[in-house]
Amino acid sequence: MSASSNSGTFRIKGAGRLTPARTARFTFDGKSYTALEGDTVASALLAHGVHLLGRSFKYHRPRGILSAGPEEPNALIDVSRDAARRQPNVRATVQEVFDGAKIASQNRWPSLKFDVGAVNNLFSPFFAAGFYYKTFMWPREAWVKIYEPFIRRAAGLGVAPTEEDPDHYANRYAHCDVLIAGAGVAGLTAALSAAATGASVFLVDEQPEVGGALHYDTATTIDGQNGYDWAQATAAKLKAMPNVTVLTRTTVFGYYNHGFLGLVERVTDHVAKPGKDLPRERLWQVRAKKVVLATGSIERHMVFANNDRPGIMLASAARTFLNHHGVAVGRQVGVYTAHDSAYEAAFDLKRAGVSIAAIVDCRADPGEALLAEARALGISVLSGHSVTDTGGRLRISSMTVARNGGGDARKIPVDALIVSAGWTPSVHLFSQSRGKLRFDDVNQRFLPNIYAQDCVSVGSCNGTDDLAELIDEAIAAGGGSVALAGENRFEWTGGMIGAAEGAGPDTTVKAFVDFQHDVTAKDIRLAVREGMHSIEHIKRFTTNGMASDQGKLSNMHGLAIAAEMLDRPIPQVGLTTFRAPYTPVTYGTLVGHSRGELFDPARKTPMHALETAEGAEFEDVGNWKRAWYYPKRGEDMLAAVNRECRTVREVAGVFNGSTLGKIEVVGPDAAQFLNLLYTNAWDSLKPGKSRYGIMTREDGFVYDDGVVGRLAEDRFHVTTTTGGAPRVLHHMEDYLQTEFPHLKVWLTSTTEQWAVIAVQGPKAREIIQPFVEGVDISNEVFPHMSVAECSVMGVPARLFRVSFTGELGYEINVPADYGPAVWKAIWERAEPMGACLYGTETMHVLRAEKGYIIVGQDTDGTVTPHDAGLGWAVSSKKPDFVGIRGLKRPDLVRENRKQLVGLLTKDPAVVLEEGGQIVADPNQAKPMTMLGHVTSAYWSENCGRSIALALVAGGRARIGETLHVPLKDRTIEVEVTDMVFFDKDGGRIHG
Amino acid sequence: MLLIHCPYCEEDRSELEFRWAGEAHIARPENISAISDEEFAEYFFLRNNEKGLTYERWRHIHGCGRFFNAARDTVSDRFLTTYKAGMPKQPLPETGASEKTVETYEATEGDAR
Amino acid sequence: MADSGADLANRTSPLSGFHGGSSTVRLEAAPPAERISLRARAEDVAALSSALGVDLPVRPKTSASGNGRSALWLGPDEWLVIAEGNGGLMQAAKNSGALHSATDVSHRNTAILVSGPGAAAAINAGCPQDLSLKAFPVGACSRTVFGKVEIVLLRTGGDAFRMEVWRSFSDYAFGLLAEGAQDAAV
Repeated sequence: MSASSNSGTFRIKGAGRLTPARTARFTFDGKSYTALEGDTVASALLAHGVHLLGRSFKYHRPRGILSAGPEEPNALIDVSRDAARRQPNVRATVQEVFDGAKIASQNRWPSLKFDVGAVNNLFSPFFAAGFYYKTFMWPREAWVKIYEPFIRRAAGLGVAPTEEDPDHYANRYAHCDVLIAGAGVAGLTAALSAAATGASVFLVDEQPEVGGALHYDTATTIDGQNGYDWAQATAAKLKAMPNVTVLTRTTVFGYYNHGFLGLVERVTDHVAKPGKDLPRERLWQVRAKKVVLATGSIERHMVFANNDRPGIMLASAARTFLNHHGVAVGRQVGVYTAHDSAYEAAFDLKRAGVSIAAIVDCRADPGEALLAEARALGISVLSGHSVTDTGGRLRISSMTVARNGGGDARKIPVDALIVSAGWTPSVHLFSQSRGKLRFDDVNQRFLPNIYAQDCVSVGSCNGTDDLAELIDEAIAAGGGSVALAGENRFEWTGGMIGAAEGAGPDTTVKAFVDFQHDVTAKDIRLAVREGMHSIEHIKRFTTNGMASDQGKLSNMHGLAIAAEMLDRPIPQVGLTTFRAPYTPVTYGTLVGHSRGELFDPARKTPMHALETAEGAEFEDVGNWKRAWYYPKRGEDMLAAVNRECRTVREVAGVFNGSTLGKIEVVGPDAAQFLNLLYTNAWDSLKPGKSRYGIMTREDGFVYDDGVVGRLAEDRFHVTTTTGGAPRVLHHMEDYLQTEFPHLKVWLTSTTEQWAVIAVQGPKAREIIQPFVEGVDISNEVFPHMSVAECSVMGVPARLFRVSFTGELGYEINVPADYGPAVWKAIWERAEPMGACLYGTETMHVLRAEKGYIIVGQDTDGTVTPHDAGLGWAVSSKKPDFVGIRGLKRPDLVRENRKQLVGLLTKDPAVVLEEGGQIVADPNQAKPMTMLGHVTSAYWSENCGRSIALALVAGGRARIGETLHVPLKDRTIEVEVTDMVFFDKDGGRIHG
Repeated sequence: MLLIHCPYCEEDRSELEFRWAGEAHIARPENISAISDEEFAEYFFLRNNEKGLTYERWRHIHGCGRFFNAARDTVSDRFLTTYKAGMPKQPLPETGASEKTVETYEATEGDAR
Repeated sequence: MADSGADLANRTSPLSGFHGGSSTVRLEAAPPAERISLRARAEDVAALSSALGVDLPVRPKTSASGNGRSALWLGPDEWLVIAEGNGGLMQAAKNSGALHSATDVSHRNTAILVSGPGAAAAINAGCPQDLSLKAFPVGACSRTVFGKVEIVLLRTGGDAFRMEVWRSFSDYAFGLLAEGAQDAAV
């Protein structure tokens, strides 16, 4: 054996497909190594003879590399470029080496070779299945102080980075006629066939290059060409076709409803210095008319005593490392198998100059062709034998071999042991698509049976082992016609599921079924003995198959052991459902573009920049950014709000009402429609007038409110609450389209058509007067609740005389692009007159001073108009409206319902807390009888005291009563009052 | 993510464009103000929430804006048909395989014990 | 203030000054346009078409244009009519004498013009519709979603789209398009 000196002493000259001249440097636990371009971290470390990669989850046992692919349960590593670009729990068998990569092992302290946690291994009897359930039960206090911290520290591998992820991620929706998952022989053939029909084709494979099993299988030829070379040539041909998209390094991680698939494309994880424009990963959300699953199969390990030592790996993995990466997994390799595939791995290794200690085959009669080839290569085969134990601490040093059924055991020195229990078809995506599996008794495997979607499985994931059959099947699946001939050397047979010889049933050995969660054959048996009879329960009790590898290797073994214990056929024990994702997907990929400014739309009004320039603080109302208050230098929020509240009532204030929802209701039946949707009557409203309207749901509870202006016989300008706009329109459309479709009326959202500038206060008319043309706004001609279409600064406008402050007020609606100019002009006139800008907080205080409710704050979906003191707005004459019947329900008309009232604290300086509960007797026994709660509470500068609104049982009858609001540290005494605290006779609004 | 055929747009569109709108074919009583409390409860509060075939309303809210009806199997999520609002329940296409073939946790449980 | 005098308000478009894109996608804010949301029953379509000078399309996902006006089918009784400059759409609809609802939404919407060989891919960063020419040919239009906002998409050319979006969502739409454009150029 000759080895390339710098890329590892286990690198075999002439073997593999990597180029010796193209190297990359990386570190593993601080030590520097040289790899070849195209190496995975696993192959690069194996090339240097490094097998120990981590410690196991529960027992901290030394673990190595088991596989060469995404099914890897053991070799989980931490990969970093810098402090922020660090990802734990990466499979070393998938991560490609890039120059400068920093790799670290996980789950060990202080070092990989000496790990204190390994003491768990000695106490392993205490860590058996169900340990947590049984041990951490009581006392209750111990949960918080001892058990939970302990479990949290012990649970989970790897440590997440604390820095913000500096990379970006992309999203792409796509559609295709055929999506093919997997680009091995079957997938490539199906793609050729589908592409030939002119269909749009997505061919997706998770590896860097296409080829699938051809990475290790060097014996197969297609059309006389080496299989791997054929695969690359075919991919190149497909990529050149305009109707084909070939995605490599891309995992189909989820197969959802109606042909919808989630794909993650790893764009930069293999690149040493990625360009800044490149996303790290790209999420593809693909809708495919048809799906071809060519996902292949996964080799299983053998379940026997101490089958987890570093150096023990799947036969196909050893063959991949040899034939693709040019790396020998050892110099003296043992083989333990129940399946033919391991023989070919042994043959390849032997031909590459590796010594094969023996092929231990638990079957009595392996195929004659294989035995002949083994003889020819000088490899000894021990059929009818098993490996009953292994030796070695940080790496396997020996295997103990015995004849099945007893007999002398002998120890054979090895530095690696390759194993195969046969192959498990990868039916995960099929299962995710809600297809139903059947159990193939002969070959002991689950295969696709009943399809729930337009989908077809081809190749080994469909149990099709014969190459010629596989090619025919793939061509048929693609729907086109292609001529291909394939040839391979050996037909594989054999395989077993469950525990092998010597792994029980009644021993104390650790024969691992699930490596990632440290579940042994014994744990599964224990679960059955403890009464778990469903595989769903066994899975949860033992955590078999619940790690991030989702039991790709362990599920079938676990199931077989359970079935044996239960003495039931495997299909009756059942298979747990496979869930997406197939392999772990980063949060970054799922989040995609939705971060920073694109996390959620920040809706800004046309005047946002002007408000910002005036120093506004903003609050979020739904997605809107609304000016909250305008602090002047040295003012805190309370001081600013007090000043704004005073100024509006003494002079005037300018307020941005643009976010108010607006719906244009147009058509000859518009009034009739509003009659049905609001509790009020609308026929009597004349054009040029507006009215406050209440909308209830069918159950009679307040749903929304707002001022509705009638612009013409057939045109209404309806306003809604800011947050309610979309749902009110949806609610209206629902009734219009499905209950009242005979009405000739249409609804259009105009929320954003209009910028709304409210001017409120005694000087409001004086402020707006010079800007308004086309309407006489004198008090006589344009009284409270008037509306007119007019012109403001030369722009067509809608002017409302309306007030949410109790002051003389106007709301100027101008087309949104003109909002800033009109706002600026009005403010330039208003400011020298002593007016102020005011925000939503002042608006809230001023309306509370007048007892005007805010739907959603003073109401909560259980409040009727009558409860809210708005019974006057419910027409008693209309034959029908939405809510008419609900309002008559016994509970809605009963006495003592919670009603909205005012509360005044006995101490005027104390401001109540919104949500505070109200009781009659603060000294009663707990739990106290609650009468209601505080819905709004403010300091009112204009009243010189605190004010509050509250929902109180039988509230209006309690006016004058003293009630109590008990808080944690004190109880506040309050008096029940009516809801109007300022200008009780309401004269100001008509000023 | 569901793919939903809008009977107005005459095209299959992503679920992202739609909003579910509850059980279908529940008409608002003509004489609603005169019905009994029980009838009102039946109309407004009570729903069958059936497992399997259900008639439900959807709105193509981010498309044509129309409400329409659908017959969907809530086990398999398969749409058997969709049709315009106001139309009576539509005849359903014959569906070969029963939806019972779909594996659920409950079904597995049932098998096991 | 506007050139015409201190008393007249000037316009501030929500996306004024925005432009961007990548080597394969050009993004620009469309100039201001007049728009109406037009609603009518089937029997009134002909009269409205003739009054507006553009045939209101009656097939889903189609548009028609002529005389500087475009009419986009949004629903079975709903069109978005867009006119360059100030086209008097409200008055034209009124002149039809037909039963209808026309509502001025000129300022509610703004538009982003997306063009270049990566245009469809950039839009597909957030739009779930199939934008292949087969499924979404030139002239096709649809209300749909783009990331977390609603849009109306019109294909104006093989590599060109007009994305109509409510004004307060336009920052978001432009930002997502910019990221989509960057990714479409990779």
